[in-house]
Amino acid sequence: MIPELGHFSLILALCLSLVLAIFPMAGSLTNTPRWIAMAKPVAWGQFTFTALAFACLVNAFLSNDFSVAYVAQNGNSLLPTMYKISAVWGAHEGSLLLWAFILCCWTVAVASLTRNLPAAVLARVLSVMGMISIGFLSFLLFTSNPFERVFPVPLEGGDLNPLLQDPGLAIHPPMLYMGYVGMSVAFSFAIAALIGGKLDATWARWSRPWTTVAWVFLTIGITLGSWWAYNELGWGGWWFWDPVENASFMPWLAATALIHSLAVTEKRGAFKRWTVLLSLLAFSLSLLGTFLVRSGVLTSVHSFAADPARGLFILIFLCIVIGGSLALYAWRAPDVTSGGRFSMLSRETLLLGNNLLLIVITAFILLGTLAPLIYDAMGWGKISVGFPWFTTMFVIFTPFMVVLMGLGPLTRWKHHEPAELMRTFRVAMLVSVAAGLLVALPILHDFSPWPGLAVMLSVWLVSSLVLSLRQRYRNRASLRALLKNPWARGNGSYFGMIIAHLGIAVFIIGVTFVTQFDVDKDVRMSPGQSIDMAGYTFRFDGVHTVQGPNYSADRGSIVVSRDGKEVAQLGPEKRNYLVQRKPMTEAGIDAALMRDLYVSLGEGLGGGDWSLRLYYKPFIRWIWLGGLMIAIGGLCAALDRRYRIHVREHAVQPARASRKTLAHEAHS
Amino acid sequence: MARYLRYLVPLLLFVLLVGLLYRGLSLDPKIVPSPLIGKPMPAFSLTRLDDASATISDTDLRGKVSMLNVWATWCTSCRAEHETLVEFARTGKIAIYGLNYKDDRADAQRWLMQLGNPYIANAFDPDGRTGIDWGVYGAPETFIMDKHGIIRHKHIGPLTGQVIATEILPLIAKLEASE
Repeated sequence: MIPELGHFSLILALCLSLVLAIFPMAGSLTNTPRWIAMAKPVAWGQFTFTALAFACLVNAFLSNDFSVAYVAQNGNSLLPTMYKISAVWGAHEGSLLLWAFILCCWTVAVASLTRNLPAAVLARVLSVMGMISIGFLSFLLFTSNPFERVFPVPLEGGDLNPLLQDPGLAIHPPMLYMGYVGMSVAFSFAIAALIGGKLDATWARWSRPWTTVAWVFLTIGITLGSWWAYNELGWGGWWFWDPVENASFMPWLAATALIHSLAVTEKRGAFKRWTVLLSLLAFSLSLLGTFLVRSGVLTSVHSFAADPARGLFILIFLCIVIGGSLALYAWRAPDVTSGGRFSMLSRETLLLGNNLLLIVITAFILLGTLAPLIYDAMGWGKISVGFPWFTTMFVIFTPFMVVLMGLGPLTRWKHHEPAELMRTFRVAMLVSVAAGLLVALPILHDFSPWPGLAVMLSVWLVSSLVLSLRQRYRNRASLRALLKNPWARGNGSYFGMIIAHLGIAVFIIGVTFVTQFDVDKDVRMSPGQSIDMAGYTFRFDGVHTVQGPNYSADRGSIVVSRDGKEVAQLGPEKRNYLVQRKPMTEAGIDAALMRDLYVSLGEGLGGGDWSLRLYYKPFIRWIWLGGLMIAIGGLCAALDRRYRIHVREHAVQPARASRKTLAHEAHS
Repeated sequence: MARYLRYLVPLLLFVLLVGLLYRGLSLDPKIVPSPLIGKPMPAFSLTRLDDASATISDTDLRGKVSMLNVWATWCTSCRAEHETLVEFARTGKIAIYGLNYKDDRADAQRWLMQLGNPYIANAFDPDGRTGIDWGVYGAPETFIMDKHGIIRHKHIGPLTGQVIATEILPLIAKLEASE
């Protein structure tokens, strides 16, 4: 009965999304206050029914209701409770339901948290979100109903894919979806603004905190995904350039460009068309990601539900949403007035430069991801694009980006004297080059310039941030003001920028050092045997069998010591999940800020001998630490006071903005 | 007019992309019909992966029901199927041979040492010539031959427990039973 209730709720939610898509929009165009007023209650109704449907599916998993086909495929009575809940989004139907549910969450969040938005604009925004909702809810109901019953009822469920039975992956999809779907808010604001023909600083100001929050979720989601891959795939890798990973990374890059471009639009009224286009692009790439993952167009280790019929549905949906919005853009954009002027060297140009670099990288990733498809469609045979393509691209573009990132916060809007900029950065430049050389020289005889370059870029970034802090708090009065009221408006976004940019510096160090200095060994070990690697001694104490709730595992015990002192005990496992009969590796990891010791268990070779893979991974934590800092920075920026207080000014006066001195200016 | 055309560029790019994706839908990367099914396996003679001085040829595969798995270390899907393949090899249901495709010898040897070796022997095909003869589109692909060396089945994409249980095992039983 309860699954039918869930099914019925979904149908009601679809009906409400139709109402939401039609009436408030029509009301805002014909100026009918009664229709405009429908937006909020209908959004809440849609949310309530989708939430109910979601709760019904969760309930079906918790109560082991195997008469529901989806539960029978992905649930199991032996699953720990946490994974029973995460199994809800463990496969296609449920993850779509989660997607639709999160979309409704964002819709009611927009409906209830934007008090200072004119009712007609809010109605339009909610209407656009309703249209997106129609797409997803009908996709669910017509092609992938999670409440489908199965008869005869199986006695036991097919179990959740063991790869997904990991705490990191239990929360990775919801985070990622919060990010993907959150981009729909910026998208809806952009569409509403295009329809209304009012693209101004106010629009950018409304859009900014939403975009930043969505971007924070996307950052956390991607970081978690990478951390999961490292823990679970037993390969010591943290990023694979898999189509599914690319599908999450491309919206992130576009959104990164967007949050910076929104800053320019809000503060200077410039780049309006470009910002709108980026808003459309960020969400379009999220949708494209869904298509690539769900349609089976590309093969990936992640795509667990490929079905061409579903693919066609998403493709049609893509055409309507993306095609429609780009057509609207082509129609409306020519009428948008150009914003404030700026000279060749100004914060605007630097941000534009970084924007372009981000989009170029996105384009390269898109090309690399689609290349197998392009080759196939053109009849050139089949290829697979691997690491070299993507890595080369990053090595080429990142340095330019980091140089601009360092200059940006210290450059004035509108115009900056080149000579003055040179003076400001003289010391930073010297320090970073010297630091880079210092690191590069001892290693240079190995012909590896990369660690030096990474140190140089990171030092450059850090020293430019220090310079920026020094300039902002040059006099005591400003410092006192900060200590007296650290939450004053502008501080959140400024320190958010500092933290996030420091995160990039940390990330660059992590990536470069782990790729350059990691040591690994494939070994055959007998119980009691010791092997030395990277200054550590790994002693293998044999393998014993352990029982998990729904798997049995061989667990090796390895004692790691350094200079005779024990450092860590590692227990890498090879798990065999009882239902799915899939072997899984669970690496044994000793994590520390400066290095990870990582052991994965290979094959039993007879006589108690096992093959093992030992890794010494310096600085790998810095990769996720960087990701975390970037997310925290975004959060600080999103929580800035100025988004919370009632804002009365309608548009920023460019003339006034330009007179503001750098010290008082808050960066993005 | 040109002023307006500029803003159509994103839309046009998107239309191109949709065309590509639509084409992609009809091209399932997993289903590529093989004209080789029902035909004798193409002849080859290559060096062994583990020993560059020894050779392996199609005659090694004849006279029994055999499996040829095309793999490479650069292929993530091969990584995904490898453990399944190792498990399957333990059952001893079929003689599993490998074709190491467009790969590096040292990398491939290391991979087998670390992840386990399900193969009786591996043919080393660095330039993919033999792969072309066999109509290999991309790794992983798996061929099944009967006792007379006739290709009976081709599976594209990673082998899973389910594929083995529902497709491969019944086929092996059938081929073993027939003369």
